[in-house]
Amino acid sequence: MSTQIFAPTISGTAATSLGDDEAKEKIGIRDLRFYYGDYEALKGINISIRDRRVTAFIGPSGCGKSTLLRTMNRIYEMYPGQRTTGEINVDGRNILDPKEDLTRLRSNIGMVFQKPTPFPMSIWENVAFGIRLYENLPKADLDERVHWALSRTALWDEVKDKLNQLGTGLSGGQQQRLCIARAVAVKPGILLMDEPASALDPISTAKLEELIAELRDDFCIVIVTHNMQQAARAADYTAFMYLGDLVEYDTSEKIFTNPADKRTRDYVTGRFG
Amino acid sequence: MDEAPRRKGNARSRIGDPLFKWLTWSFTMLVLLILGGVVFTLVEGSIPVFKTMGLDFLITAKWNPVTDQYGVIVPLVGTLVTALIAMLVGVPTSFAIAFFLTELCPYFIRQPISIAIELLAAVPSIIYGIWGLFIVAPYFQSHIEPVLIAVLGPIPVLGALFQGPAIGIGMLLAGLILGLMILPFITAVTRDVFSSVPAVLRESAYGLGCTRWEVVRRIVLPYCRTGVVGAVMLGLGRALGETMAVTFVIGNAHRLSTSLMAPGTTISATLANEFTEAVGDVYTSALIGLGLVLFVLTFFVLALGKRLLLRAGH
Repeated sequence: MSTQIFAPTISGTAATSLGDDEAKEKIGIRDLRFYYGDYEALKGINISIRDRRVTAFIGPSGCGKSTLLRTMNRIYEMYPGQRTTGEINVDGRNILDPKEDLTRLRSNIGMVFQKPTPFPMSIWENVAFGIRLYENLPKADLDERVHWALSRTALWDEVKDKLNQLGTGLSGGQQQRLCIARAVAVKPGILLMDEPASALDPISTAKLEELIAELRDDFCIVIVTHNMQQAARAADYTAFMYLGDLVEYDTSEKIFTNPADKRTRDYVTGRFG
Repeated sequence: MDEAPRRKGNARSRIGDPLFKWLTWSFTMLVLLILGGVVFTLVEGSIPVFKTMGLDFLITAKWNPVTDQYGVIVPLVGTLVTALIAMLVGVPTSFAIAFFLTELCPYFIRQPISIAIELLAAVPSIIYGIWGLFIVAPYFQSHIEPVLIAVLGPIPVLGALFQGPAIGIGMLLAGLILGLMILPFITAVTRDVFSSVPAVLRESAYGLGCTRWEVVRRIVLPYCRTGVVGAVMLGLGRALGETMAVTFVIGNAHRLSTSLMAPGTTISATLANEFTEAVGDVYTSALIGLGLVLFVLTFFVLALGKRLLLRAGH
């Protein structure tokens, strides 16, 4: 078995089996390597992520799936000693180009984290926050956009009477949907979600998955998850990562019922990880 | 078999525990006792001046040992004005440094800079006083004050603050030196409060496309609002009570002046200067009365600051 694990990756060819999907490529990653200091955490990732689809990344802890997600909006640059080589093309533009405008990039790529991160301000302010960074809307339009984002994330009915209360006072599941609303409000093309349900109870998780299914029609959603059922339920495509390599990338159905790689099979059947 | 040693241990703790409890209790009580003693001495000592001056002591600007007329206003105003100048200089600078240290500074020099700033706090205040008097004041007199008087002096209203001859020492210089002295305190506390902001919250804000300034202005500052106010209050408490450095550079004149260039005095500077020459019960009592006023002032400022810091910790 150990010889299997260390066998050369086939990630370069993995993307090709998605050819019959008419959805166009939103994120094209070419030979992406990521370093924490001297440690290579991503060892040459190649993947084509489709627009208006949900793509899940699964794999054991430390496989690099969160790292990969964090390269897509260059949030890793907040920390020293972290760097990348290769290309990440979003709508054909290589966002790893140092000349790329980070603010512009991040207005197009929303991110949701493991733990809900409401800002220390009212619910309304939380959603309006991102919009006001990019657009100078009159109050009425802003109200309308906040309403739209909260409705889109199925939160409006729960919070419409307390828009002026602190966002931190909501329940965990509501806070997480508020964070998604905040990201959606900016109307990005891509939503990155880093284990968005891992801090939520089962009912909140179910609501979140419903929400993802809802948002799928308008966004390119990339989700990192530890929960394989979640990937199977919510994602159109699933990518299995292991030790910094992309092992297999295919439709979720294929990955969870008939994976091509033995490591994928072992992982999805619970034999390791 | 192991009954005996256990019983022995119990017996020991029957004496040791209460003893330890009693010891710690009494030390704690001692602190309260000292605080109570200070308050009692201040109140008791200032009775004569209140008997002579009545409540006029709190509202009059006279300070005349010859006729035994004393009022708190001149040193009190001096204390508040120098503290205000110190805050105007110290708070924005401290915030900027804390902001730089937590958001912008390359990691490898964060620690050295932090330590250097904390060392500033360890410099004895008399050193600041000597430095202020012998180094800064002459420079201030020859280079800074003439410019201030020439440029700001003619402006209506504001100009009143910058009048008179340039003599170096005075309220403005005292305030500036004080600002420098409280800077390390406010910086250290503000930096700690800033770095208590969870990394994910920062990441969320940067992830939305915020600039660094927007993250600080909209996320970090609101998140640590109470802590930041607490830090400012601690600095203010120190500025109000600082004695030696101020005594060196303020000029020690019992005179109210609208100009910041003019020499003035503060409560603590008056106490340091005049205690040795205070003859007569009322004079001594007036100085103790000044002490009481300062104590009440700093007590409330520090209590408020601590309260806000504690609340920020939760």
